[in-house]
Formats: sequence, C-alpha cells, structure tokens
Amino acid sequence: MATGVQQQSVAARGARRRRKVNWTPYLFILPHLILFIVFLGYPFFSGLYISLFQYDILRPAASRFVGLGNYANLFTPGTPQYQTFWNGLINTIEFVVYSVPPLVVIPLLLALLLNTRMRGVNLFRAIYFAPWALSGAVVALLWWWIFQSQGGLINYYLADLGMRPPRWLNTLPWAWVTIVVATVWWTLGFNMVIILAALQDIPDYLYEASAIDGATGIQAFFRITLPMLRPVMIFIITTSIIASFNLFIQPFIMTNGGPAQAGGGGGTESVMMRIYNEGFVRNLQGSAAAMSFVVASIMIAISYINFRVFGKRD
Amino acid sequence: MAATTPSRVAPTREPRISYRRKLLIQRIAIYIILVVVALIFLLPMFWMLSTSLKPKSQWFAREIQWIPETFTTASYQRLLNNQSTPIGLWFINSLIVGTIATTLILIIDSLAAYAYARMEFRGRKPLFALLLATLFLPGLMFLIPNFVTIARLGFLNSFTGVILPGLAGVFGVFFLRQFFEGIPRDLEEAAQIDGASQVQTFFRIALPLAKPAIATLAIITFLASWNDFLWPLLILKDRELQTLPPGLRTLQGAYTSEYGQMMAGAVIAAVPVLVIYVTLQRFIVQSVATTGLAGQ
Repeated sequence: MATGVQQQSVAARGARRRRKVNWTPYLFILPHLILFIVFLGYPFFSGLYISLFQYDILRPAASRFVGLGNYANLFTPGTPQYQTFWNGLINTIEFVVYSVPPLVVIPLLLALLLNTRMRGVNLFRAIYFAPWALSGAVVALLWWWIFQSQGGLINYYLADLGMRPPRWLNTLPWAWVTIVVATVWWTLGFNMVIILAALQDIPDYLYEASAIDGATGIQAFFRITLPMLRPVMIFIITTSIIASFNLFIQPFIMTNGGPAQAGGGGGTESVMMRIYNEGFVRNLQGSAAAMSFVVASIMIAISYINFRVFGKRD
Repeated sequence: MAATTPSRVAPTREPRISYRRKLLIQRIAIYIILVVVALIFLLPMFWMLSTSLKPKSQWFAREIQWIPETFTTASYQRLLNNQSTPIGLWFINSLIVGTIATTLILIIDSLAAYAYARMEFRGRKPLFALLLATLFLPGLMFLIPNFVTIARLGFLNSFTGVILPGLAGVFGVFFLRQFFEGIPRDLEEAAQIDGASQVQTFFRIALPLAKPAIATLAIITFLASWNDFLWPLLILKDRELQTLPPGLRTLQGAYTSEYGQMMAGAVIAAVPVLVIYVTLQRFIVQSVATTGLAGQ
C-alpha cells in the first residue's frame, strides 16, 4: 500500500489540499454500489420506462409503446385493469383498516403487561415474538388448516359451544377474519418488542414524581406513558400500515383471493396479488409496473403524512 | 431485575399486609393473562406438529385430539417419497440460497459500511444520503423491473437470480455503519500510526470489534432469505430448484386435503428457524428492539 501515509492524514484530519486520489474507499464501496445501481437505482427508471409499454418479457419483440396508456387504463371505467385494480386497492385498504388497530393496540397492552419486574417476563416476550421467525408460507398454511370447515381446529370448539360455524375461508366477511387473525398472530410480536423497549426507556423518576404529586396509575398512563411513547407509536403505526399494504401471501395461500365477487375480482384479492396476476399470470409487465408505481406513490404519501403531520409535537 | 421489587416491599409493617396481598392477587391475574396469551401463540404450532404425526384416519376425527391417539411418521414418509414434491431438495436449496446470500451480504455490506463510516472520499455524503433515501421506497416498485433485468441477464430459474437483487439492499450497510461509527476512533488511529494501511485497519481492528453486529445481521439476513416467498416464487420455475416457502404452496396444490403431508412440510420449513430462534432468542429480540427504536 504505497499510499498508506497519505490515506492516514486524509482520513484523520480531512486535509483539504489536493493529493493523489486515494482509491481504497472506492474499492470498499464498489461491490455494493454496483449492485445498488443495477437493482435499486436503475429499476426506478426502467420501471417507469417499462410502464409506458405494452410489455411482455416472454415476447419482447411484440412490445408496443403505449405512452401513458397503462396509467389511463387504471382510471378509465370499463377496462379490465380498472375493475380489478380498484377492487384490489380497496380490498387492501379494507385490510389495513382491519389489521392495523389490533396490530397497534394488542402489542401495546402486552408490552404494558410485560413491563414489570416479574419473573419470566423474558420467556413470555420470547413466546409472543416467536411466530415472527416463521415464513409467511408456514403461517398461512397453518391458519388455512385451522380454519378449514372439515377438521379445522376452530370449528371443533365452535361445534362444542353449539354454534353453527360459517365457511370461514370462502365467505365474506369471515375470510377477512381468518386473514387478520393469521396476520396479527404472525407479526404482533415485532411491534410489541419495539414498544416494550421504548417503555423500558422511560425514566423511573417521571413516575416517582407523579406518584408524589398524587397521580393515579391511570393518570400516569395518559400523562406520562402515552406522551413518551408518541414517537414510537407513530413509527409502529406507519410501519404496520406499510406492511399491511404489502398483503400478499395470506390471501394467496388461504383464500386464493376469493370469494369471487359479482363485479369481477376476488373479495380478498389484495393489490399485490393483482400486480402479481397482471405481471406474471397475464404477462402484462408494463401494466403491472404502472400499477406498482401508483400503489408505491400512495404508500409514500401515507408515510410522509404520518411522519410529517402526526409526528410533529403540538 | 426480579429481586428488586420484593426487597422494596419487605421492610413494610403489619398494616401493609393487605397491600401486599392485593399486589399478589394482581400478580397472579397478570400471570394468568400472560399464560393464556402464550397458549394462543404456542397451540397453533403444536397443532401443526400434532397433525403431521397423526394417521390419516384421525385428521378429521369427531373428537379433538391435541395429542395423537397413535403416533405415525406416515405423512413424513409419503411426503419424502413423492417425486413430484421433492421437499428434501427444497430444504437443501433453501440452505444453499440462505447461506450464499448471507455470506455475500456480510462481505459486501461490511466493506461499504466501513467506508461510509470512517473513510474520507469525494461524494461520500451525497452517496450515503441516496442510499438512505431508498430505505423509504416501497419494495414492490422494484418487483417488475428487477424481474425484467434478471430475465434479460439470463438468470431466471437460477439461484443467482434469486440472490442477486437482495445484495443491493441498504439495510445492512446502514445497520453496520451505525456500529462502526460507535467504535472509538483511538484504536484505529493507533493502528494507523503504527503504519497499518486502511485495509489492514479494517480487517485487524474494526471487523473483529464488529462481530456482534455482524452476527446480528447474519441472523436477520438468513431468516429473511429462508422465509422469502414471492421473489423465489417468480424466479425459480423448475420444481427441483424451488426453495421451501414456494414449495409449501406447491404442496398445497399437490395434496388436496392431505393435511398431514402439508403440515409435515410446514414443520420441516419451520423447525430450522425455530431452532435458530430458540437458541439466539435474546440476541434476536434485542436487535429488533434496538434497530426498531433507531428506525424512528
């Protein structure tokens, strides 16, 4: 390393004077940078480009420039894309509305229960978090079996209670119930662990001071705990919304997007499933790319609003 | 931790006993809730295992059987002997993909992270800001264009095609850079005064110190790779090349209402990650908590 002495002074003091270029840092970042450019930088533009074509990777020669046609289809009633895309998008938003409240409230309650100096707290924390380590495929397959009409675990117990259980997986709104239950079971622990860590960061003296002032436990919760948790809760809510927006494997395996709807499109078909079907079943990659960009814009807007508007302290 | 509360309560006298009893009742109530919730998490996994070990005649038994009346590995045997669902191969494929992806990410990301943390070079700040910005872009934007790129490069139906795009990820670089920045500069400066080059300083000083962070990244990366569904589903079309999660979907299609075989497959996919999780649980939970908090 002939340039060792120069590197040292450049690195240590950040000298401004022009010297021979030190290539070491560039060699360090190069492998990642190349991959980054090819698979995260370039696709941003190539995706936009593809979305302007009727594009089929299996028959590239047959590709045809359609300008904003793929986007126009999404906003023109009567096209096949319009019906299925909005069905998928509305279903996904419905799922966000069903899944995010339990994914925020239940982990908060569990974290509060675990935020005590009792024996075994770490064991319970580990158990609640465990499903997060499983593949979505395992989780979806497992809950698909549990909710089966024949031999399904849930129906054993409902029958014991003398109830006539619904056909969980292929009728609405029950199909959503199965998907939300599987999702909450799978990912709740992640939110809980983060909230618990934030709770443990709240200094004890705040509670001691409020106890001296005669505050009750409930007052302390609303005046100290919740305000102190505010940044972490906004983080949890935002990441949960984004994660729920990506809904794919649960309906893919549990309901196959069904039940079929009168107007076309499935009752639990998410927008990710729609993009998958458009791009890889119907092989219309241009149209699927256009859908991806519209959905991504919505997701970015949601994150932005959450952090900028609700993230501000009053 | 657990010892501090009782010692604080202990010195109090007679009139406080009712208070202690109240505390005890409260504690028992909390434990009951915690145990019930724990069962909600554990029993479905147990049911998966239980189904996989039951003979076919008992899958739909009238009475619920948490513990099989007769144990049998028939479901596993039928699954493993069926040529059209080569789950043994899928397991090996998952292992290969996970190991290679993890190894490459550790190498690529630790090099880049160290440069962004400690080296001076032109364009460092704007480049790193660019990397960070992509953390906020939804992954689904990249699905179609990356599929097209992989197809054009001729990597469809290959492990290369599954692994490559994941190596571009920014999380590992960000995560390790945080750690490198936390190492006191004195050690590296001392090494450089002793005549070590930047490369030597990285390998002899910084990298050994970063072992815990690298181990954490290794676990997270391996779990993510092992569990990934959509990307390998798109890239690997040959049955023999599939990884376990898309393989489970194939099982679902191949065994109509053969729940024993499907649950056996789910158990095979779940056991390795559960073993990793149980052994490294504290480590994993801790790292999620700290990176989650840093993420705000």
